[in-house]
Amino acid sequence: MESEDQKPQASGAKEPAESVGPVPGAPEAAAPAIVPAEALESKSDETKASETKAAKPAVQTTTRPQMKERAFAQVSRRELLKVAPVLALGAFAIPSFQESLLKKGLGFSDWMSARLFRREHLATTFADSELTPFEKFPINGYDVDDPGVIFENWTLTVSGAVQKPGDYKLEQIQALPRVRQNTRHVCVEGWDVIGRFGGARLSDFLRMIGADTSARFITVACADDYYESLDMATALHPQTLLCYEMYDQPLTRKHGAPLRLNVPTKVGYKQAKYLTDLKVTNVLDKVGYWEDQGYSSFYGL
Amino acid sequence: MNAVIEITRATDGETETVARAVYEHPLPVRICHWVNAISLFVMVGSGLQIFRAFPSFGAKIPQKDLLNWPKAFAIGGWLGGALQWHLTFMWIYIATGLIYLGYQIFSGNYRQVLFTHRDLPGVWPMVRHYFFFGPKPPLREAYNPLQKHAYTSAIGLGVLSVLTGLAVWKPVQFSWLAWLMGGFHWARLWHFLVMWAILAFVFGHLVMVVLHGWNNFVSMLTGWKKDPEY
Repeated sequence: MESEDQKPQASGAKEPAESVGPVPGAPEAAAPAIVPAEALESKSDETKASETKAAKPAVQTTTRPQMKERAFAQVSRRELLKVAPVLALGAFAIPSFQESLLKKGLGFSDWMSARLFRREHLATTFADSELTPFEKFPINGYDVDDPGVIFENWTLTVSGAVQKPGDYKLEQIQALPRVRQNTRHVCVEGWDVIGRFGGARLSDFLRMIGADTSARFITVACADDYYESLDMATALHPQTLLCYEMYDQPLTRKHGAPLRLNVPTKVGYKQAKYLTDLKVTNVLDKVGYWEDQGYSSFYGL
Repeated sequence: MNAVIEITRATDGETETVARAVYEHPLPVRICHWVNAISLFVMVGSGLQIFRAFPSFGAKIPQKDLLNWPKAFAIGGWLGGALQWHLTFMWIYIATGLIYLGYQIFSGNYRQVLFTHRDLPGVWPMVRHYFFFGPKPPLREAYNPLQKHAYTSAIGLGVLSVLTGLAVWKPVQFSWLAWLMGGFHWARLWHFLVMWAILAFVFGHLVMVVLHGWNNFVSMLTGWKKDPEY
């Protein structure tokens, strides 16, 4: 066994008859196209020369194409240049290009996200036993944990492409059919929890206010100056809620009382708390608090 | 099969063969290799910056950090920036992978790389040679059985990195993918582990590139390998 392993290898350079390599010009070889014309010319001359020298016609079938050293160096250089387009990616290293390229990449991702979104496809729901305990449901405010909303005076101010703009009381929203769902809440940071949310479908509320659902966006403003927007397809999704309950209890102040968004098909920062204003619109002058700093605008899960 | 040529030198009217060269890497493979090297670098760097935002695979409350990855070895500077890099280069990464796989399959060039049952008998002699000072088995083609195994696995890991990544990016739309991995929470861990597996491959790959020398390295640039072992 050992001796077989150590059997000296045939050195191709010295034994043209050795049968390791294929016959040149074999059907699928990509190389012939690469051999430059001058090399082919010189090759034929040299092949002839070696044939005469060897004086063995049988050798002809196994002789490999030959190429002068200089011709090979030329071929190598040409092949090297063909790989050069890869350097175009270096544009990402140039600060002035970088920002716009990354913006385009993020924009493409958002465009693709919108294409991938399916209106009827529901986010997975979970059993009560799988819920993250309420006290372990993180509180993520961007600014304050409680902007001090005075509940008695609170209304949701509706404007934009709607038939019935104006101020809506919490009771009016609670009069809509209540939906309770155990869904996963995914933060852009990477953590996730399973929570229980209750509220009215945003689609029901949009019907109540006579919203033009052919408009492109819903925007919301919040008591803590946070702001957000949703695409209309997501706004009409059956699991998108105007949420006033968590874990079957009225929303606590830290979780966004009296009204927040719960959107299981979106990442956490889309699910604004302490809602005060809702607008139906075709134009976004700003997308959202985090989005306007460089985060994904769509971020659908 | 790969094209083979002999490189000649003319001295005093005599033509002598000075080297052999084999065309090992077609242009699409070379371009995909280098584009992928760059996008993999960016994906790992930005991925680690994203990981820094929540360096754990457990609960958020209480949070137990797994490791605090140094910022110096991350790309993007902050979570939002890293996500921009990640969500941009993932398309380049995916496109490169698809072009590579498509080319390999339709050109038949996959035979050079794909590890099959025929390579099995050659695995042990190669392992013995690499790790236990065994004799070097003769090489009859571009890659030895262990190389094929490594490259085939790396391609498999590349596919897994995309699938686990899609499950993390779109756990609702690709809920079946996320379900296969045990849900979003576990998909995130799988994505992380696949990255380390790829990095392990890259490490071994780089070591072997250094050990195999210049001609071998140049072959991934020009396609031609001078004086191959076989």
